Amino acid sequence: MAHFKVENIGISFGGIRAVQGVSFDVRQNSIFSIIGPNGSGKTTIFNMISGIYKPDSGRVVLDGENLTGLSPDRIARRGVARTFQNIQLFGNATVMDNLMLGRHIHMKTGVLSGFFMLGKWTPCAREEVRHREVVEHIVDFLDLQSVRDQFVSGLPYGKRKLVELGRALALEPKILLLDEPSAGMNTEEKDDLRIWIKDIQEDYRVTILLIEHDMNMVMGISDRILAINQGLKIIEGTPAEVQKHPDVIAAYLGEEDIDAHDQEHRDMV
Amino acid sequence: MDMKRDYYEDIEVFSSGTVLFWSIALFVFLFTLPLYLSSYNIYLFNIILVHVILAVGLNILVGYTGQISLGHAGFFAIGAYGTALLMTHLGLPFFVSIIAAGLIAAFFGFIIGLPALRLEGPYLAIATLGFGLTIMHIIGRWDIFGGRMGIQAPPLDIGIPQWGLSALLDSDVKMYYLILVIAIVMVIGARNMMKTRIGRAFVAIRDDDIAAEVMGVNLLTFKTLSFAVSAFYAGVAGGLFGFVLGFFDPFTFNLILSIIFLVMIVVGGLGSVLGAVMGASLITYLQYDLLKNVDEMPYLGDALVWFSRKFFTVIGLENFNSIMLGLIMLGIVIFEPLGMFGIWIRIKKYWKTWPF
Ligand SMILES: Nc1ncnc2c1ncn2[C@@H]1O[C@H](COP(=O)(O)OP(=O)(O)O)[C@@H](O)[C@H]1O
Ligand SMILES: [Mg+2]
Repeated sequence: MAHFKVENIGISFGGIRAVQGVSFDVRQNSIFSIIGPNGSGKTTIFNMISGIYKPDSGRVVLDGENLTGLSPDRIARRGVARTFQNIQLFGNATVMDNLMLGRHIHMKTGVLSGFFMLGKWTPCAREEVRHREVVEHIVDFLDLQSVRDQFVSGLPYGKRKLVELGRALALEPKILLLDEPSAGMNTEEKDDLRIWIKDIQEDYRVTILLIEHDMNMVMGISDRILAINQGLKIIEGTPAEVQKHPDVIAAYLGEEDIDAHDQEHRDMV
Repeated sequence: MDMKRDYYEDIEVFSSGTVLFWSIALFVFLFTLPLYLSSYNIYLFNIILVHVILAVGLNILVGYTGQISLGHAGFFAIGAYGTALLMTHLGLPFFVSIIAAGLIAAFFGFIIGLPALRLEGPYLAIATLGFGLTIMHIIGRWDIFGGRMGIQAPPLDIGIPQWGLSALLDSDVKMYYLILVIAIVMVIGARNMMKTRIGRAFVAIRDDDIAAEVMGVNLLTFKTLSFAVSAFYAGVAGGLFGFVLGFFDPFTFNLILSIIFLVMIVVGGLGSVLGAVMGASLITYLQYDLLKNVDEMPYLGDALVWFSRKFFTVIGLENFNSIMLGLIMLGIVIFEPLGMFGIWIRIKKYWKTWPF
């Protein structure tokens, strides 16, 4: 039984077939990348996996359990966490509060026990402290100590990307979806990110689905790669196989197109 | 580096010696207040404290969760009528009645919260407005609620008189202590709740509901919860308000009141418990006291009456209140969107550790 499986998934928006019958299997604890030109449907696949969009057809299965049609919060509870292409943090809250929200599904505090948090020994305070310790490890791991108590909206772009990654990690997901995590980062930050993603795979034993335009990173860290174009699968295979495929080269791996992508990202930042 | 930090510090109410010192100073001041104030001013303080409870609850909904309510006067009314009627008709003790009335208000809050899952901004405002007006009219129609004539609050006995345990609060000062204790509990409770998982889920919904959902926050549960908690606060505040007034009718709980409540939290600072406390205090004081006698002030009063007659109305300073509130709102929105809480933060920076 495959660990994570997307079967023949498809969705249309008012006649535009954004994703058309895409399937793939992901092995546990592997890094699986999705590549494709802008508008080819990568983010839409993530949105269907995490329940933001309901697919018109197909299924998403995690450890034998069908996730299709569940609400996003139920899917999160099954162990799926993600980051967004254009960062979606809680801007008027601190870094710590954003990360603590990642612990939401692991915590139980209700209105009454929260209301009566009158001392260290109350169940609510004990739970709070326990989870703050977990989050503090993530703060250390991602090197966020210096911004720990700052409001997220005031942070530079690169830091916000990391906070978003940390928030997803705090959920202790089985599977982590990263939507263009390196977009807008400089070379140095990209190198760090690459190491972090590797560490997350190894230390946190997480399965990682990665949408990424930086071909160096994709080819360097992926176990398998899915290439799509206009909502259709072109090929799925190892980095070496995908790199060689003529359609992939034609679609966007050509020298010019890589430059165009880089340019685009520089423009975005 | 193996420095073990105590993470409880992050969520503690009295997070430092300074906070503890000033909190004790404030408590001492509040508990000795009747020694220095006239009875009228104690009456005013009772109303302020009632509004503090309500504003803190409203801020949970509006400031923390990012929803809107133009119907909080409705929950306030449910609390006032509910508490009084449960005591007079069913003979329930005060504390049972006020908590039950709060829970009834919370139930209505839950119901109003259901459409909030789909409605946003102006549509939610209209829906809650409709609720507030409906409550006012239902109360006006039914005899059990005293109809348009209103009802008299029963004597405020906080014991269980049927068992011979009577504790009659027959003066404004005695009532003040009851309201003060309840207000302190409600304010600290709200502040605690907002520091935990519940408050973080509310803030997450406010800032980005899609991200909140993707992180496992159930929108239906937490939006309705926010409405229910907020309505509970309004209900408890209403229960106390009935006794402060002694007599009330449906028009006590009109639309303008709902709007004034919103003004309190906007002026005080959205998304801050302390802000709601400050906003409710300032606006209530302005409404009841400062603005009331403004036309009797030397020179200024005459000038204002002249100005008002010339440009706004023929009857003098009738709408001076609204104009002042409008100007304060404008000033806040333009100069300090964080409200009084924002100003407070800046002052605090200068006095960080004083007097230590
Ligand atoms: N909510 C939506 N409504 C309409 N069209 C959408 C929506 N979401 C995505 N699309 C369309 O689906 C296609 C794929 O978009 P997307 O998945 O964001 O591409 P990618 O992430 O690969 O750049 C695009 O044509 C986009 O316009
Ligand atoms: Mg995309």
